[in-house]
Amino acid sequence: MRTIKALAAMAMMLVIAACSSNQQEQAAGASTTVTPGSVADFRQNVGDRVFFDTDMSNIREDGRQTLTRQAEWLKKYTNYQITIAGHCDERGTREYNLALGERRANAAKQYLVAQGIPAQRIQTISYGKERPDPVGSDEAAWARNRRAVTELQ
Amino acid sequence: MMLPRRSTILGGAALAAGAAAVPARAQLTIDMTRPTFEPVPIAIVDFAGDRVGADIANVVRNDLQNSGLFRSIPPGSFIQKDVNANAPPQFPAWRQIGAAGVVVGQVSQAGGNIKVDFRLWDVVVGNQAAGLSFTSQPANWRRLAHIIADAIYKRVTGEEGYFDTRIAYVAESGPGNARVKRIAIMDQDGANSRFITDGRTIAITPRFSPTLQEIVYMAYAEDRSPPRVYLQNVDSGRRELLGNFPGMSFAPRFSPDGTKVVMSISENGQSDIYEMDVRGRALRRLTNTPAIDTSPCFSNDGSQIVFNSDRGGSQQLYVMSAGGGGERRISFGDGRYATPVWSPRGDWIAFTKITGGSFGIGVMRPDGGGERMLASGFLVEGPTWAPNGRVLAFFRQQPSSAGRAGSVTLHQVDITGRFERQIPTAGDASDPAWSPLIPQ
Repeated sequence: MRTIKALAAMAMMLVIAACSSNQQEQAAGASTTVTPGSVADFRQNVGDRVFFDTDMSNIREDGRQTLTRQAEWLKKYTNYQITIAGHCDERGTREYNLALGERRANAAKQYLVAQGIPAQRIQTISYGKERPDPVGSDEAAWARNRRAVTELQ
Repeated sequence: MMLPRRSTILGGAALAAGAAAVPARAQLTIDMTRPTFEPVPIAIVDFAGDRVGADIANVVRNDLQNSGLFRSIPPGSFIQKDVNANAPPQFPAWRQIGAAGVVVGQVSQAGGNIKVDFRLWDVVVGNQAAGLSFTSQPANWRRLAHIIADAIYKRVTGEEGYFDTRIAYVAESGPGNARVKRIAIMDQDGANSRFITDGRTIAITPRFSPTLQEIVYMAYAEDRSPPRVYLQNVDSGRRELLGNFPGMSFAPRFSPDGTKVVMSISENGQSDIYEMDVRGRALRRLTNTPAIDTSPCFSNDGSQIVFNSDRGGSQQLYVMSAGGGGERRISFGDGRYATPVWSPRGDWIAFTKITGGSFGIGVMRPDGGGERMLASGFLVEGPTWAPNGRVLAFFRQQPSSAGRAGSVTLHQVDITGRFERQIPTAGDASDPAWSPLIPQ
């Protein structure tokens, strides 16, 4: 009995913690109990990646929202250096995609810099089409692969 | 160290024996530029004198058969079983099985080396068409076989051969989202493959120097610093960074004389083409646009560079002077054009073309005319020329499904697009780079 009560109490606390999370995290459509300021917090509650149209490197409206959240989070947690990794879908040639991935990473970087993140905190790297996530050969997979991922160090 | 020395050319005494009275069904010559032709039927007899003679004959058969220009007649159907390597064959017995040519050879010991004599007999005319002798270390028997196949190919087609060559490529393994990509080098026929990089980081886009002593390629670092171009000695394994730039360097390629490497370097999202002097490491910028300029390749005479750029809105091919400047677009068809490579003969530029949902490998003249597609598929990419400029290699990738990476394989195709075949590799393979003929 006692054990069950204790579990119930913990569950209550979790619910309260979830309710106290700020509006923005809820807007990100994410969940509950990660440590604020952690890598998991960034991934789940801010969103670590933005997506691009075919052969494009301009930041779309959905990407702007994500990068704005990233900038606010990074201003709050200044202990992180970041690397932005640019990626492409498999529907281009290897060398061109390396350049396109670099361009995408740089576009995300410039957006964060414009939001007030010092350029010295941000490194970029391109993986071209060498690191697909997810692995797939359909439109849905390709759309997820045209991405710039902000990684914390 | 691996150089068989070409020694004497055996006397080609023309032999009148059994002059062809019957009209020839096949000839021992082929014009590969004609729109249609039949492969030349050729009989290659196991070389006499040593056990390795049968292996040598097998390598010669495979080389010739795989070119698409020859049909190797199965040894089981040979009528004359006891062919003397030093005397004319019984021509009627070879005509009867439809052979246009017969290859015979003899292996002998020569002071720790092996000596291989071979003769190509023209069955139609009834004389000796070629005869050569080579000496080398026994371990080099495969190279001797390739050199013999090259000699036969040249005698019959009038074109230089390409069998005594190597192919550098990217050996791929592991799951699709964490592929291991290692540079490997193998003989042109898939034999003797060995790894050049250790696989701890991704290494791609290998290219040979003209002497085959060195390769350049791009590799990632173990930390998150940008991937860069490396120069590596093939025999010693010693490798060095080719310039330490703040941004990514990629898409390297040697000049025809081997003194320079052209490549792309990225800075602030912009990729431009640079040339680096291999010895002095002096760097020279060749393009400067906000666009992606990449995949540079010198013309065969070193005077021009072809590259792809999206400066006009979509990825197209451009040619400029080797020192930069004079840039002009040469591709005007539908779709995007990429990875241009100038033929070693100078007469064609091969490329990858992306149209709608499919990829193709094609060739066009250096002025952009005469475009012709040679292969197509879900994903075909990265043409590379055999040294005779009449055969290309490229890679094919199959679609991924259910989270599993599609297979990736190497292929060759002749310049007419008629004859394509897969080049065997132990596992998945991409990014082929065909070497020049190995120096003898």
